[in-house]
Amino acid sequence: MNSMTSPLGKPVDRVDGPLKVTGQAQYAAEFQVPGLLYGSVVNSSIARGRILQIDSSAAEAVPGVVLVLTHANRPPIASYDKAYEDEDSADGASFRPLFNDRVLYSGQPIALVVAENLELARYAGSLLKVEYAAEPHNTDLRARLGKMHKAPAEIPPERGDVGSAMASARYRLDVEYSSPVEHHNPMEPHASTVHYLPDGQLEIHDKTQGVQNCMHYLEAVFGMEGQIRILAPFVGGAFGSGLRPQYQLPLAVMAALKLKQSVRVVLKRQQMFTFGYRPRTIQRIGIGAGPGGQLEALTHQAIGQTSSFEDFTEHVVEWSGMLYQCPSVRLDYRLVSLDMYTPLDMRAPGAALGVFALECAMDELASAAGVDPLALRLTNYTDRNGNQDKPYSSKALRECYEQGAERFGWSKRLPEPRSMREGNQLIGWGMATGVWEALQMPASAKACLGPDGRLKVSSATADIGTGTYTVMTQIAAAALGLPMERVDFHLGDSSLSKAPLEGGSATVSSVGSAVQKACEELRQKLLDATQQSPESPFTGARLEDVSFNAGNMVLKSAPETSVDLQQIIAMTGALEAEVSVKPGEKRNEYATSTHSAVFVEVRVDEALGTVRVTRVVSAVAAGRIVNPKTAGNQIVGGVVWGIGMALQEESQIDHHLGRFMNHNFAEYHIPVNADIGAIDVLFVDEQDDVVNELGSKGVGEIGIVGVAAAVANAIYHATGKRVRDLPITLDKLM
Amino acid sequence: MNQNSPTAGGIIACPITIELNGQTRQLEVFPWTTLLDLLREQLALTGTKKGCDHGQCGACTVLLNGRRINSCLTLAVMHDGAELTTIEGLADGDSLHPMQAAFVKHDAFQCGYCTPGQICSAVGMVSEGRAQSLGEIREQMSGNLCRCGAYPNILAAIEEAMPETRKTLGAVQTDAQKGVREVQP
Repeated sequence: MNSMTSPLGKPVDRVDGPLKVTGQAQYAAEFQVPGLLYGSVVNSSIARGRILQIDSSAAEAVPGVVLVLTHANRPPIASYDKAYEDEDSADGASFRPLFNDRVLYSGQPIALVVAENLELARYAGSLLKVEYAAEPHNTDLRARLGKMHKAPAEIPPERGDVGSAMASARYRLDVEYSSPVEHHNPMEPHASTVHYLPDGQLEIHDKTQGVQNCMHYLEAVFGMEGQIRILAPFVGGAFGSGLRPQYQLPLAVMAALKLKQSVRVVLKRQQMFTFGYRPRTIQRIGIGAGPGGQLEALTHQAIGQTSSFEDFTEHVVEWSGMLYQCPSVRLDYRLVSLDMYTPLDMRAPGAALGVFALECAMDELASAAGVDPLALRLTNYTDRNGNQDKPYSSKALRECYEQGAERFGWSKRLPEPRSMREGNQLIGWGMATGVWEALQMPASAKACLGPDGRLKVSSATADIGTGTYTVMTQIAAAALGLPMERVDFHLGDSSLSKAPLEGGSATVSSVGSAVQKACEELRQKLLDATQQSPESPFTGARLEDVSFNAGNMVLKSAPETSVDLQQIIAMTGALEAEVSVKPGEKRNEYATSTHSAVFVEVRVDEALGTVRVTRVVSAVAAGRIVNPKTAGNQIVGGVVWGIGMALQEESQIDHHLGRFMNHNFAEYHIPVNADIGAIDVLFVDEQDDVVNELGSKGVGEIGIVGVAAAVANAIYHATGKRVRDLPITLDKLM
Repeated sequence: MNQNSPTAGGIIACPITIELNGQTRQLEVFPWTTLLDLLREQLALTGTKKGCDHGQCGACTVLLNGRRINSCLTLAVMHDGAELTTIEGLADGDSLHPMQAAFVKHDAFQCGYCTPGQICSAVGMVSEGRAQSLGEIREQMSGNLCRCGAYPNILAAIEEAMPETRKTLGAVQTDAQKGVREVQP
């Protein structure tokens, strides 16, 4: 395999590209079902209390309205917490939609109005009269710091002697950083189309990163084991929002079961602010360093918000114990329960926050010690993960620093803040390091070579825009020496081979390894098939003696001996292999991570305080890159997210009402095309035979990590102002 | 309006005729139905996307009488006699429109949800003839949000497809030709 024609590592176009540019790719709300009814969700307007009464008479009087579903008339659902758990549950009791009269947060779904068409459902929803017994609520993290509790997370224990190392350090730093709530806001709103089949089974198109996760959730909540199939061939972005089943799904199912009819529920953009989010977080970093900036002590505390019913945790502080060489480290993580929904993993959960604080603090240390920010990182470079006291399976971060700096022109940077300008534009250059885990989850895949010569490969994973269809097609085509045009990859169907959630940058590593293994088994079966007859030229050959190339199996020692795979299949009939792959044991000896070095140029208008990120270089070490085109796009997207995080994104809460105020795209700002300048992505060479068979680490998260810090550091370099509270809006620079 | 027209909430649907992707369509629409909901829910043309329903994201962009418009912000009943092109109507059979082909080549999308709106908007922008530089393309494409953040690739795709797209506009007079601003050959 992997001959000259192998598609592995080639920047091939997306296999689903033509469907996407012609409007034929169908998303959850776009499947046509006969007799479909439309549901519109009504949300609570108080943040805490009880529903005393929902008067639905006016809504029900509207011709065409068929049902107003509330906690009072919903079909039976499980009462125990366990049934509501899913693969990405937080600690505690998961939210139970329409379970009872309790209101736990503002925006909680309290009713579903079902009608013959969308507009009627939405209009009738506005006619509900809801009477509440409101109770006092708390939504302000800072106001409730006195009530914080230890996060249920496995934080590495203190190492070294932080107290005395800090006391004797030449340079000491103690700074606080804060960041607001952010919402995922994929372009496609969450939606579920529930097809009620004649036998009462349900076939559901849902927006999700885990079709099997949603299937198991519904099976448990509704007691419908074996009666539910979830489909999600296309997902219009998710970034974590589809990791847990969202409430439109059980609501649509309730209505379908009650009415014995098909129902579609699509959330409005405003309702995309009524479930998970990146939590508001306050971080405190302490650094003690020697004369050259070498780290002697490091403390990192994070305080994040969570809900009243779950303790959401993410890896915020761990990065500070592993990114640099440091003998004494103390990490701490606390939570504050608020009357808001539970936070939810959002692109590079934890790392986007924790590395922002750490990498801004490193920049502050560089300034204090009078050393170049890049030189400071090299001074403190490590090849071991200090939290686990293990070597990295591979770590080409040094190459990221070198090649990124070269591409950016970092050596021309003048060290002093406000030292570079063009007219009234203050120019700033900043940099930061990025890091993310290189995970692998157990996953399965099936490969079937049919009589038509086509290879059908499948796994119940997802493609949320990450390129799964394309990359899996490449891996399968390479493994069997077939042109990509002869490979069909199927995903997004809960009836396919078991796959983990599509998240954490683990899909190539997990599902890709399973696809590779399934194709390897198929190779063995093909070889076995040719050896059935004693006069076969392949008699005695082992798998390593043959290669698969251009649709043929070839004897390596005698390349003229080859057989067309289709000829083998013509004899045997379709051949199939289904495998499950677990993370390899040799991973246990090592720490596995992706790394990046991010270099940013900003231009700040001295009079107006407006910030433009004009140039970014992101140098990434993520093992073998299966498709530089789609992987590069992932990094570009991550950088855009980092720019949004640094300068724009903030879900603002009216603490009096206990709800988000700016719940739309006009007021929750994300970057638009005009906000984005040149983004230069480079992948450094990184060989890794530990992380998985493919040597690939995943690139979905690493692109965002460190970007907000690099932007903040560049702004400091441009203006001399250190803004430690995201987003860095112009009012903070004036 | 005839007696067999559908009703909803006691309201009778109104007849309109539109030229949709080159075909004359006689339709009956309720007065509250947006052009976007007509396309997606009534005509099953789901290539046009709903991202916000408030004209803030551009996912619903279509070409109405050759000009780009947020189809969520306009009522279908207002467009009797109009000529409408959606993403489904851009390709010539199996042959992609130059803008579509450039989007594939430059990987100008990830999840694909904003893509039909981006492409329709880009074709509309070329027709307007005002974008003379990369900065102006960026600015004039800023009504179309892409949460995946594929903006640099969108820019590259549009830059490449502009000349070919101008040719496809053919006899259609650009805004610039109408005197809005001089256009480069």
